[in-house]
Amino acid sequence: MTDPNRRPAISHLTDRRAKASLSRVVRKVEFPLKSAETPDGQIPLPANTGANYETDWARRYASRVTRRIALSTVGKAVIQYYASPTIRGLDRLHDLDGPAIFASNHQSHADTLVLLTSIPAPWRHKACVGAAADYFFGNRTTAAISALFIGAIPIERTSINRNTIGKAVALLRGGWSMVIYPEGGRSPDGWGQEFRPGAAFLAKQAGVPVVPVHIRGTFDILRKGHNWPKRSKAIVNFGRPLEFAEEDNNRRFTRKLQAAVESLADETATGNWFAARQRAHAEDSPGLQGPDTSTWRRRWSLTENGDDQGGSHRRWPYV
Amino acid sequence: MTARRGLVLDVDRTTPPIVFHHGEGFRFEKLPTGSRVVYPNEPIEPIEDVDSAIRHALANPLGDSPPLEALLTPGMKLTIAFDDISLPLPQMQAPDIRGRIIEQVLDVAAACGVDDVHLIAALALHRRMTEAELRHAVGDRVYDAFAPTGQLYNFDAEDPEGLTHMGETDHGEEVVISKRAVESDLIVYVNINLVSMDGGHKSVATGLSGYAALRHHHNVQTMRRSKSFMDQEKSELHTKNWRQGRLIRDAGVKIFQIETTLNNDTFPSPWDFLQKREWEMTGKDRVMLLGTKKVLDKIPRRSARSIFQGIRSPFGLTSIQAGEVEAVHEVTTANVYKQHLVRVEGQTDILSMGLPYLGPYNVNSIMNPVLVACLGLGYFFNLYKGKPLVREGGVVIMSHPTPWEFHPVHHPSYIDFFEEVLADSTDPEKIEQKYEKRYAEDEWYRHLYRTSYAYHGVHPFYMWYWCSHALEHVGQVIVVGGDQRAVKRMGFRSATTMRDALEMATDVVGRDPTLTHIHNPPVLMADVV
Repeated sequence: MTDPNRRPAISHLTDRRAKASLSRVVRKVEFPLKSAETPDGQIPLPANTGANYETDWARRYASRVTRRIALSTVGKAVIQYYASPTIRGLDRLHDLDGPAIFASNHQSHADTLVLLTSIPAPWRHKACVGAAADYFFGNRTTAAISALFIGAIPIERTSINRNTIGKAVALLRGGWSMVIYPEGGRSPDGWGQEFRPGAAFLAKQAGVPVVPVHIRGTFDILRKGHNWPKRSKAIVNFGRPLEFAEEDNNRRFTRKLQAAVESLADETATGNWFAARQRAHAEDSPGLQGPDTSTWRRRWSLTENGDDQGGSHRRWPYV
Repeated sequence: MTARRGLVLDVDRTTPPIVFHHGEGFRFEKLPTGSRVVYPNEPIEPIEDVDSAIRHALANPLGDSPPLEALLTPGMKLTIAFDDISLPLPQMQAPDIRGRIIEQVLDVAAACGVDDVHLIAALALHRRMTEAELRHAVGDRVYDAFAPTGQLYNFDAEDPEGLTHMGETDHGEEVVISKRAVESDLIVYVNINLVSMDGGHKSVATGLSGYAALRHHHNVQTMRRSKSFMDQEKSELHTKNWRQGRLIRDAGVKIFQIETTLNNDTFPSPWDFLQKREWEMTGKDRVMLLGTKKVLDKIPRRSARSIFQGIRSPFGLTSIQAGEVEAVHEVTTANVYKQHLVRVEGQTDILSMGLPYLGPYNVNSIMNPVLVACLGLGYFFNLYKGKPLVREGGVVIMSHPTPWEFHPVHHPSYIDFFEEVLADSTDPEKIEQKYEKRYAEDEWYRHLYRTSYAYHGVHPFYMWYWCSHALEHVGQVIVVGGDQRAVKRMGFRSATTMRDALEMATDVVGRDPTLTHIHNPPVLMADVV
C-alpha cells in the first residue's frame, strides 16, 4: 500500500534520462554559482547587455590586432569559400579621405563578413559595425564575440536611444568608419526593405560621407531563419560617396542613399552601368523592394531576376 | 609645401655620380667638372577633389562653348573620343583620369536622355588597344556598358567606310576624319596633355584621322621646320594641325574639348628614388637603387622589361579645362609649362641624356632601336623652348642598351624598316621619297594594323622623321652601352663608356667642350635663353 505521506519522487532524480541531462544540472545551479534574480519591487541595475553593452575594450590595440588577424585569416577564408566575392567600384573611393559610413542592403549574416573583408584599407582596419542591440547584444557571450570579431557596436533598432547614437557619432568623429544596414535587419525573402534614416542621421551629426554599397548573392548563404551557411557567389559594388548637403534633410538624404543603392543593384544585375544611370536619372531604377504581390510571386520574380544564385540548381523557388 | 623648381647644377669635384636611365636599368656616370645637370621641377601639388574639378570644368567651359549639359539633348548622336595607350607615360595608377572624366560625361548624357553614344580610342596610326588596356583607360563600368554592343572600339584609319573626306585647307592639306565623328551632333574629346605637343586641334585632326591627312604634316620638311614641335609658336606641325582643325570646326563639327594636365609624380614607391636628386637620396633610396641595379643587371632582359612595364605612375591631376578647343588649349599649355619648363642659360657643345625603358610607342612592348632613336632625338631633343639645348653641330650622347630586338606583333613594319630601309640609307628625305608610300600602302601591314595589334606600316618612317630636326642640327650622335650593330645601322657611333663617348665627341666639338646632361624623366622642358 502506498504511504499517503510520502512525498512524490523528484522526477529528475528518478528519471534516468533526466539524470543524464546536462541542461537540467545547469539549471539546478544556484547562487552564488549563478547570478541571483532581482527580487520583486527592486529596480534592477542597468544590465551590461543590449544597448548598454560597453564595447570600448573591443577597440583597444590588442582587440584590434586580434580582429585584424581573425578577419584576414579565418574570416577571409570562410568568405572566400562560401561567397567568393567579386568586388567592384573601388575606384569610386579613390578620393575618399577620412572616416565614412558604409551603408549596404542586408540579405544575410554573411554580409558583414563580406563587407569587412571587401572594404579596402585603411577603412577596413578602423571599422565598426552597427549591429542590432536586441539580437547581437542579447547576452554577454554573443555581445563579446560580436564586439571582438566584427567590431560590432549596439544600435537600437526599435526605439531611439541617445546613448547608442551618441556613441556611434563619437566613434565616427574619432576617425572610425562604420558599416550600417539602413534596412534595419536582414531581408525576410531576398528582396530589400525601405531604408530607415539612421545612416542619414549619423552622417549629418558626424559630418562624414556615406558610401552606398550593394551586395548581391548573399541571401542564400545565410538567409533569415537558416542556421547553416550554403555557398553562393557574391558581388559587392561600392558607389560614389554621398555628402550630406545643406539642402538635405534626413528623409531626403535617405531617399538619395536608397536610390544610389538601387542604381548599384541595377548596374550589377544588368551589367550595363550607362543604362543603369539613365534609369536612375529618370527615377526609373528597379526598386530594392520587389513587386507588391504574394510571397511566392515575389520569390518567383527573384529567381527570374537571377538573384537566386544558390549553389544547387533548384528549379522551384523556396516559399 | 610648394614644389621646388628644377635647377641647373654646376658639376664640381664634390658632385656625386649622376644616375642615368639606361633602358631597363641604370648607369652611374661621373661627369667632368664644369658640366651642367638639368633637373626637372618637383611635382606640383595635385587637385585633391578630382571629381568636383571635373564637374566644375564640364559646367563652366572656356571660350564660347555652352556647358556640356546644354549641348546634350535626347535623340542626339554623341561620340566620345579619348587618347590611346601612348598617354600618359608610364600608364597611370587606376583609376585612369580618362575613365573618371568619361564616366562623368556619360552621367550627364544619361541625365539628358542621350542614347546613341560611341566611344572611340583615337589612335590614328598607332596599334589597337587590347581589352585590358581599354578597361584600364575607361574603367570596367564603361567598358562593360559599351564594348559588348560594339559602341566602344578602336579607331580604324584604314576602314574606307569609316572615314569622311572633309576637303582641303587653303594650303592643300587634306582633312580626313572618322565618319562617325563627322556625323555626330557632338564630339567630346578627352585628352591627357602630358607634354605641350598634345591636345588642341591635334586631338581630332590627328587622333581620328588616317594616312591621307597625316602625311601632310608627318613628314621631314615639317619636322625640320618645327623648332621645336613642343613649342607651339615655332612648330610647323602645330600650324598644320591647327589649319586642319579649323577646317573641321568651320565645317560645323561640334567639339567639346576636355584637356587635363598631370604633375611630375612619375615613379611610385619603391621606384620613387628615380625622381630624387642624387644628394637627397636617403640610405634606403641608395640601397634600393644599388640593389635594383644589381638585380636588373643579372636577370634576363625579358624579366626586367616585365618589371618596368608593370610600373603604374601615381600622377596627380594639376588642371582640367573644357570647352572650345583653342581657348582650352591655351590654358592647358600654360599649365603644362608650369610643370615642365626649366630655365637654362645658353647652349652646350654636348648634350647627354639617359634614355629610360619607355616611350610613347612601346607601352607593354619592346623598345626597338628605331624607337630608341625617336625617344632621344625626337622627344628628348625637342623638349626645348627658344633654341635647342645643344648648339648646331654639337654632339648628342644617349645612354641606352639599344638591343636589336623588335616586338613581332606590335612592330612588324619596324623590322623591315630596320632591315631594308635603314640598311640602304639613314637620310630621312631619301627614305621618305623612296620607301614611304610602299610601306604605307602595303596590304599585309594594313591587315595587321586593322586586325592585329600592329602599328601602321608607315609608323617607323614617322619615328625617323621625328629625329630629322636633330639629325640635321647635330654633328654626331653617340650611343653609350648600345648594341654596336644596331647603333651602326642607324648611322650613330657606339661607345662603351661615357668617358669614351666624351673622348669621341671631342673629334667633333673640339678639345674643351661644354657638357649638359638632362635628368629626364620626370619630364622637363628646357627654356633655353
